[in-house]
Amino acid sequence: MVVALYKGIFKRDMSIAFQQKAELMQPLMFLLMVVTLFPLGVSPSPDTLQRIGPGVIWIAAILSSLMAMERMFRDDFQDGAMEQYVLSGLPLPAISIVKVAGHWLVSFVPLLLLSPLLAVFLHLTIDMYIALMLTLLLGTPLLSLVGAIAVGLTVGLQKGGLLLALLLIPVFIPLLIFATSAVDSAALQLPYHPQLAIIAAMLLLAAASAPFAIAYSLKVSQN
Amino acid sequence: MWKWLHPYAKTEEAYRLCITLQPWFWMGAIVCLLIGTPWGLAFAPQDYQQGDSFRIIYIHVPSAILSMGTYVAMAVAALIGMVWQWRTAYMTMIAMAPVGAVMTFIALFTGAAWGKPMWGAWWVWDARLTSELILLFLYIGVIALYGAFEDKQQGGKAAGVMALVGVVNIPIIHYSVEWWNTLHQGATISKFDNPSIAPEMLWPLLINLLGFALFIAAVTTVRLRNEIIRRELHRPWVQALATTYFENKRT
Repeated sequence: MVVALYKGIFKRDMSIAFQQKAELMQPLMFLLMVVTLFPLGVSPSPDTLQRIGPGVIWIAAILSSLMAMERMFRDDFQDGAMEQYVLSGLPLPAISIVKVAGHWLVSFVPLLLLSPLLAVFLHLTIDMYIALMLTLLLGTPLLSLVGAIAVGLTVGLQKGGLLLALLLIPVFIPLLIFATSAVDSAALQLPYHPQLAIIAAMLLLAAASAPFAIAYSLKVSQN
Repeated sequence: MWKWLHPYAKTEEAYRLCITLQPWFWMGAIVCLLIGTPWGLAFAPQDYQQGDSFRIIYIHVPSAILSMGTYVAMAVAALIGMVWQWRTAYMTMIAMAPVGAVMTFIALFTGAAWGKPMWGAWWVWDARLTSELILLFLYIGVIALYGAFEDKQQGGKAAGVMALVGVVNIPIIHYSVEWWNTLHQGATISKFDNPSIAPEMLWPLLINLLGFALFIAAVTTVRLRNEIIRRELHRPWVQALATTYFENKRT
């Protein structure tokens, strides 16, 4: 019975997301365009691109995720659905897990699907690509979980957009460091599981604690 | 055990506590800084490798330690505010934020000035420097988030959550010199049983550390008083305070 309610929330999120296809595509197009800027702006030589490639893809992913992030609670907050969630009696941390999972599926899975194209653009080797894919798989849920806390805090503000970036970029820096260092190790044929283990540890920590922080921040926003 | 703390949840009591503590903080800070800074900058012995340029340690290390200390204090205040629903705890957190940000900036600036003669570069992307820079960004984020809210009570809560999220950076800064093989040297003074600094160099450093801490406390009390007044303008005790202030001024 209770599971059906969570399923309902999830289905609702999905159908809303797929009705707003333009909003779904915009961050992806932004990602693609940011990546395109680097060969033009820095250097089109394959060696340079291979060296900066992992960092470029990760930075573009973080920037585009910041654009998509706002969608997570904004509509629910404005049309009053969020109040219904709070009043429903379901635990708010559990609801926020469902919402974050839905957001991850809608905004990061397309990014993962797009990543082979980006790897070709930036001349990544197959080893580097596998490492990049693994870091994205472990790292993007972390982006969603931690980002949701800040989204919850800023959702009630009129001008939240740039503030969200200001809050989140410093928090994402450690992830960026470990993710790009893993891909660099892969480029040198070195083992990169230590970096993956650290990212996985951060993900587990966030998965355990972030839902409560998200729930609290949503309550703060509703005052 | 903690019962004596409870009255300070009320803004009026907290304001009075600030007035009581403030002169002590100022006196202590001025005395310590007036002893420690000239002692360190002029009278402490030269370093056998770095000569006189090591002397900036007497500004750099206290500000760097306290930039982290202030952040931890902010996070503790945020936690207290969250658990016991104290408005004054959030106010204290916000009062500390810009002070801590300035300390972080001083640490980065003096570090750059020290790095130029020693490493030959103003800035290197070394783990400790980077994590200290992130700390500055975290302070800015907390201040910006608080500033974005019209309702300051709500803003204090939101900034508190963000301060707690950022606290993971503190151990990263502290252990960065051990975890990564970096250009920045390891800890010097935190090993009391076997310090890697001569005692005649260490004493002025410790005195300056205390002086900086008291200085931060003093500025925080001033800012906290202002914050309380600004937020509680409609309260009778603040209005009474203002009335007596202006009457004293007139006579």
